[in-house]
Amino acid sequence: MRVGVITFPGTLDDVDAARAVRHADGEAVALWHADHDLKNVDAVIVPGGFSYGDYLRAGAIARFAPVMREVVEAAGKGMPVLGICNGFQVLCEAHLLPGALTRNDRLHFVCRDQWLRVENNETAWTSRYDRNAEILVPLKSGEGGYQADESTLAELEGEGRVVFRYVGGNPNGSRNEIAGITSANGRIVGLMPHPEHAIDALTGPTDDGLGIFLSLLDAVVSA
Amino acid sequence: MTLDTVKNAETTPDQEQPYKELGLKDDEYTRIREILGRRPTDAELAMYSVMWSEHCSYKSSKVHLKYFSDTTTDEMRAKMLAGIGENAGVVDIGDGWAITFKAESHNHPSYVEPYQGAATGVGGIVRDILAMGARPLAVMDPLRFGPADAPDTRRVLPGIVAGVGGYGNCLGLPNIGGEVVFDATYAGNPLVNALCVGAMRVEDLHLAHASGTGNKIILYGARTGLDGIGGVSVLASETFDDTAGKRKKLPSVQVGDPFTEKVLIECSLELFRERLVVGIQDLGGAGLSCATSELASAGDGGMRVHLDRVPLRATGMTPAEVLSSESQERMCAVVRPEDVDAFMAVCAKWDVIATEIGEVTEGDRLVITWHDEVVVDVPPRTVAHEGPVYHRPIERPADQDRLRADTPDALPRPAREDLLELVKTMAASPNLASRRWVTQQYDRYVRGGTVLAQPADAGMIRIDESTNRGVALSTDCNGRYTRLDPYAGAQLALAEAYRNVATSGATPVAVTNCLNFGSPEDPGVMWQFEQAVKGLADGCVELGIPVTGGNVSFYNQTGATAILPTPVVGVLGVIDDVRRRIPTGIGAEAGETLVLLGETRPEFGGSEWAHVVHGHLGGLPPEVDLAREKLLGEVLVAGSRDGMLSAAHDLAEGGLAQALVETCLIGETGARVFLEGDLFTELFSESAGRVLVALPRTEELRFTDMCTARGLPWRKVGVVDPESDSLEVQDLGRLDLAELRAAWEGTLPALFD
Repeated sequence: MRVGVITFPGTLDDVDAARAVRHADGEAVALWHADHDLKNVDAVIVPGGFSYGDYLRAGAIARFAPVMREVVEAAGKGMPVLGICNGFQVLCEAHLLPGALTRNDRLHFVCRDQWLRVENNETAWTSRYDRNAEILVPLKSGEGGYQADESTLAELEGEGRVVFRYVGGNPNGSRNEIAGITSANGRIVGLMPHPEHAIDALTGPTDDGLGIFLSLLDAVVSA
Repeated sequence: MTLDTVKNAETTPDQEQPYKELGLKDDEYTRIREILGRRPTDAELAMYSVMWSEHCSYKSSKVHLKYFSDTTTDEMRAKMLAGIGENAGVVDIGDGWAITFKAESHNHPSYVEPYQGAATGVGGIVRDILAMGARPLAVMDPLRFGPADAPDTRRVLPGIVAGVGGYGNCLGLPNIGGEVVFDATYAGNPLVNALCVGAMRVEDLHLAHASGTGNKIILYGARTGLDGIGGVSVLASETFDDTAGKRKKLPSVQVGDPFTEKVLIECSLELFRERLVVGIQDLGGAGLSCATSELASAGDGGMRVHLDRVPLRATGMTPAEVLSSESQERMCAVVRPEDVDAFMAVCAKWDVIATEIGEVTEGDRLVITWHDEVVVDVPPRTVAHEGPVYHRPIERPADQDRLRADTPDALPRPAREDLLELVKTMAASPNLASRRWVTQQYDRYVRGGTVLAQPADAGMIRIDESTNRGVALSTDCNGRYTRLDPYAGAQLALAEAYRNVATSGATPVAVTNCLNFGSPEDPGVMWQFEQAVKGLADGCVELGIPVTGGNVSFYNQTGATAILPTPVVGVLGVIDDVRRRIPTGIGAEAGETLVLLGETRPEFGGSEWAHVVHGHLGGLPPEVDLAREKLLGEVLVAGSRDGMLSAAHDLAEGGLAQALVETCLIGETGARVFLEGDLFTELFSESAGRVLVALPRTEELRFTDMCTARGLPWRKVGVVDPESDSLEVQDLGRLDLAELRAAWEGTLPALFD
């Protein structure tokens, strides 16, 4: 399993995403923002950070990077894509996922261990979880408030496309406590919390996040 | 505007110069004229004035700091790869890894502009670590503020915390610890210290020097602008006449751009990896003045710089302004001519602007030209390393004896039935309350190597994923102790940082410091400084670990009132296997016993209890016994290595009571405690050299036997009770953990949300 991990200028959690892929026995392949090349990977992770400094609007510039054109095209053909934190923001800006992420309702950057409920275990990235399992992973963001219009929310809820929901309090003012969503075909997932920081109880709160990367292994092998 | 060239200076010896406005004394100006044999040009005056400032030249502290190197023995130096005088100290930690770490102050800018002052403080220390050739891996921030409920603290604290977080988070460096301390003396003068730690392979160490005639000087990173120019603007107003009014002046506090710094880090690391750099220097305080003179001074030749090639972001800047600008996110490299193309290619890959601005020359002069006219021609050592040295008057303050005689012995003690409530009151007091409101604004997870972070006693990161080798760091200082006795206070700060590192399971190996004091022109302050330096240096000899670097910040005072003397001490420790770390919270194993290591004496001078309950500061600080601290450290490290400890927590401000509260709340587990003797002393004394440990029942005997055999006093003080949701103190009653948590965690949000 070859999993591409994109590095934009200002990407921070690429090393962590690559480590998580290796923990799931995958091969992490570094993808450079300026390249029109996905290097024959089976899936792509758009990791967290502050791409291009995020001075304009989180993810707003990264979506125009050459590599994103390739990601959009591959995603259209069903390649699994995961966007974490800033990666989720980039996927929304690139219209691979609906909605937008806005400034936390209490304005401060928040770094904390966050409980999530896995509400959809039929995506390419969540098959290893039991439905409604609760997992504890780090959340660390300043612009994590998920927003979408009423019809989009109704569509996401109606089609079961809310993958992760915050449990035990809404940390950032997200609509419907939404922490992560998926595309209609279940191949693209975006979430604000960081499963790649929870692959080992030594350096994270738990190893609950590893299931995301193991799920991908199943999705790629069975495809 | 006429350009003040060297030629011009030679022909106009009597031209008046605003050296006083730039902070130079009469005799200092006279000395510059003697060195040059003529009056300095505007650009030279700008360079000398900023490089001979207290901040850059250490002119008041130099004679005292020498004591650190004088007392460092060869044995202590054995693991040191670079020490005081370099951008940061470097220590060999084994397996081919070298660690570099350093702290720096950014106090005054942070009071003027809290967000940017704190942000650029982080940025500056990170570049210092990068300049050693290391990858920066984590940051810590010791912060000090005025009273928690003072209106100005509400202005300063949220901005500083947001600045530390905003810059560090965007840079991708985990924040693994620090301090937040409130005291009235910091009201007009908060302290913002920033520490960074980085790692490299031993062979990758880079030092700042410009050698090899013909090698090129390349400036790379951000453009140079008018920000952070500060005092040098008086030169501009002297030379500008009608245009002066139209010129846009920027604030003298620098503005940070963490994204540019992140890219600069990755770009620099790639340049190092490709072996394209001979010497490197970051641009911080004093900007290009400092970088060019220090590089040239440390090298074996001269240097020629074409200043007009520096990429600018403002128009009409004078040579003096270009030299003095403190625009952030810039580095200066010395590169072999044959590597310049490859160097430029790496910079282009990262979209980093890089400009060849000069070369290493024969001879020993630093010559700077502006459109082919010479504006600086100086011996670089006289700028960078041979600045003025002062032996400031030293005098023990007249009130010192009165202060020490005013012991806390006469302060009314609480009644026995009020002790339990006092535990809660103390836990909720601003200096002891949970720091979560602050630390949750900092990313502690990025890079995936953080093993321990706040609220643990020490921060710990994994350095090598294949071997699990790691390092631990702690910074500490109790300014009240230092006020009562600066010598002992500095040793207590060292002892606590040392103990914190050992409490995490790591072996302490090296020390850095950030010495924050009042005005050096006050003989009483200089006495505090001298005493603190001696105390710290002597303490390091006793513990056998070297001071590898440090920073001095003077003039921390409001009017005539100096801050509490605050020598912040940072200790670095090494742990072979981070999986052996000792957590702070209890409850990890079923059936743990709580054992208190060390001895408790009735010591309340400078204590948190005296401060919170009586607003009292007087008497003597707790006794220091560094031999005991060393033994305690060895026992803790042995306990970690052999897996005998399931939790450990250092006793510090607030004594055993606070340690119990924290270990229960962090571990989300209750405990039953039984104490003997005077319960008030047992709970609130701040005797040094004590750690509370939790032992799995199976290890209890083995561990306590080891303590007995090695002569370390220990006492069983309780048991962990996983079924309980309270902290119970025998004969006093129980405190509900949920109530305790509300008290401990509620204080800072109530003040600052």
